[in-house]
Amino acid sequence: MLNRTAENVARATPEPLARKVRGISDKGLAWLFISPTILLLLAINIFPLFWAIYLSFTNYRANRPNEVVKNLGFANYQRILGDQDIWIAMQTTAHFVFWTILLQTLIGFTLAWLIDRKFRGHAFWTTLILVPMMLSPAVVGNFWRFLYEPQIGLFSYVISFVSGIPPTSIQMLSNVSLAPWSIIIVDTWMWTPYVMLICLAGLRSIPEYIYEAAEVDRASNWRQFWSITLPMALPFIMLAVLFRGIENFKMFDMVNLLTGGGPGSTTEVASITLKRQAFESWRTGYSSAFAIILFVAVFGLANIYVKALNKVKQR
Amino acid sequence: MSLTTAHSVVAPSAGSKRIAGAIIIAYALISIVPLLWIFATSFKTPPDSIAYPPKIVFQPSIEGYCNLFTTRTRQTPEYINSLGPATGFCDETVRKRNMVIAGPSNFLPRFVNSLIIAFGSTFCAVFLGTLSAYGFSRFKVPLADDLLFFILSTRFMPPIAVAIPIYLMYRELGLSDTALGMILLYTAVNVSLAVWLLKGFIDEIPREYEEAAMIDGYTRLQAFWRTVLPQATTGIAATAIFCLIFAWNEYAFAALLTSGTAQTAPPFIPTIIGEGGQDWPAVAAGTTIFLVPILVFTILLRKQLLRGITFGAVRK
Repeated sequence: MLNRTAENVARATPEPLARKVRGISDKGLAWLFISPTILLLLAINIFPLFWAIYLSFTNYRANRPNEVVKNLGFANYQRILGDQDIWIAMQTTAHFVFWTILLQTLIGFTLAWLIDRKFRGHAFWTTLILVPMMLSPAVVGNFWRFLYEPQIGLFSYVISFVSGIPPTSIQMLSNVSLAPWSIIIVDTWMWTPYVMLICLAGLRSIPEYIYEAAEVDRASNWRQFWSITLPMALPFIMLAVLFRGIENFKMFDMVNLLTGGGPGSTTEVASITLKRQAFESWRTGYSSAFAIILFVAVFGLANIYVKALNKVKQR
Repeated sequence: MSLTTAHSVVAPSAGSKRIAGAIIIAYALISIVPLLWIFATSFKTPPDSIAYPPKIVFQPSIEGYCNLFTTRTRQTPEYINSLGPATGFCDETVRKRNMVIAGPSNFLPRFVNSLIIAFGSTFCAVFLGTLSAYGFSRFKVPLADDLLFFILSTRFMPPIAVAIPIYLMYRELGLSDTALGMILLYTAVNVSLAVWLLKGFIDEIPREYEEAAMIDGYTRLQAFWRTVLPQATTGIAATAIFCLIFAWNEYAFAALLTSGTAQTAPPFIPTIIGEGGQDWPAVAAGTTIFLVPILVFTILLRKQLLRGITFGAVRK
């Protein structure tokens, strides 16, 4: 009934636009609105994905496009799973993800907890802390190479000034045991604010009355922290951890610019291996297979992530 | 209750506030040092930039900016003396180092590429994202949750893994190293963020507004155009800035898929070299110019930041 009236009034309005789309139903409009996005993603994401799946079963090399392509079946996959270098790269990635997340969560949560005291001027300082995470990891990471220079680099100078170690011996990027840490430091510097911001939202979502009740029950500050603050902020911390986990699993920019995977292959994370195989050795088929394996891993993580996301949303 | 507690029972005490404030301020100041160092280095001369110990007090110079925008060749003093008087400050500075300006560097075209690609892809992503978000927000779409997950999941693929087939596809289509190719790619990456963020913003606009407009005789499309879009402007602007920042900062795709005409600033800046290695003042100058827009955007966005970085999952 209402629709009919609306329709009649609509017919009376002399809008050219109105005339053109009169015939489109809500359902049609929904598809009209959604399909361009889906089509774009099919063209730029899904079609290439299927192409990569096809290539992963071949010995195709992108630098020799005219060579006859041979079907290898699962040989590429078998070789990857038996490849010592790939496993080392996965271990390096895991090591890197573990330490960055641990540091970022500890520091990020502590900062959020402190900011939540709402001291004077906290909004200004919070914004200032957030700046590094908005910047380009590549461009800023590249500059860290300068800060890490032995002797002339500010970072090495400060460390040697504080610790008394001669400045020439602080070789952050070329020392085998320090190079992974040089990346972890920059990543932590850059992304701790991210974890902090999400934790802060978590802490602010805890209603005041719970603390009031705890206070009435004479619960100690320590007890309040462990039984109210931490459990209630936990979904948010989880969210931050998952976000950072996925991002750092894909990590490429910073590593590529800071160490390029070196010295040797000490900082060669999965993305760097993939780049070396695909764009330096041009083993397109082999690297496609590795890419598909990474897809599956990330897809699994993403699935868990979205479930956690919905849980946080429901609160 | 005792009379000594002037504050609320749960509010932190003044002392704990002061300690918290001190720690936060200390962290903020330390974390900002690398950025200040970039800024300072951009105004150093090359010898000052590599001095030991690192110079905190120095005579500012715009040599880094001169070097960033020009290419130079080394010449004999006789040749330089035979030239006319120096035109402008950069010319003069360069001549003091026994060099002459040979021409403009690639920085400006790379910077312009960054602008074209970032703005182009942001426009497309926000346009498509707004339509889809409205579709998902207001209509019953079959498999909506699966489609939304599909849209988001494309964001989780490692860029290098995506780059392999894209590289081949673009080579076939003639899109390698073109701005159009990069705009398409960044649009595809950003549209997931745009759909998720904008769906959140549009969900918050009451349906009653459109329903009222439709009763007043508007078609669905007119109602969308006249009532929903104006109310979603804040959300659209915030989304646009997030997309812009991503496209502006992106490195992996740009480094692998562009090399010349369509190269953006992030893969270009690390390649700035002078005589005998990296020209750090020039790199710092390029980095400074590159970062300033982001700083402005961060300040504009600070209220929406949380929402943007969590794909709209956490709203303040």
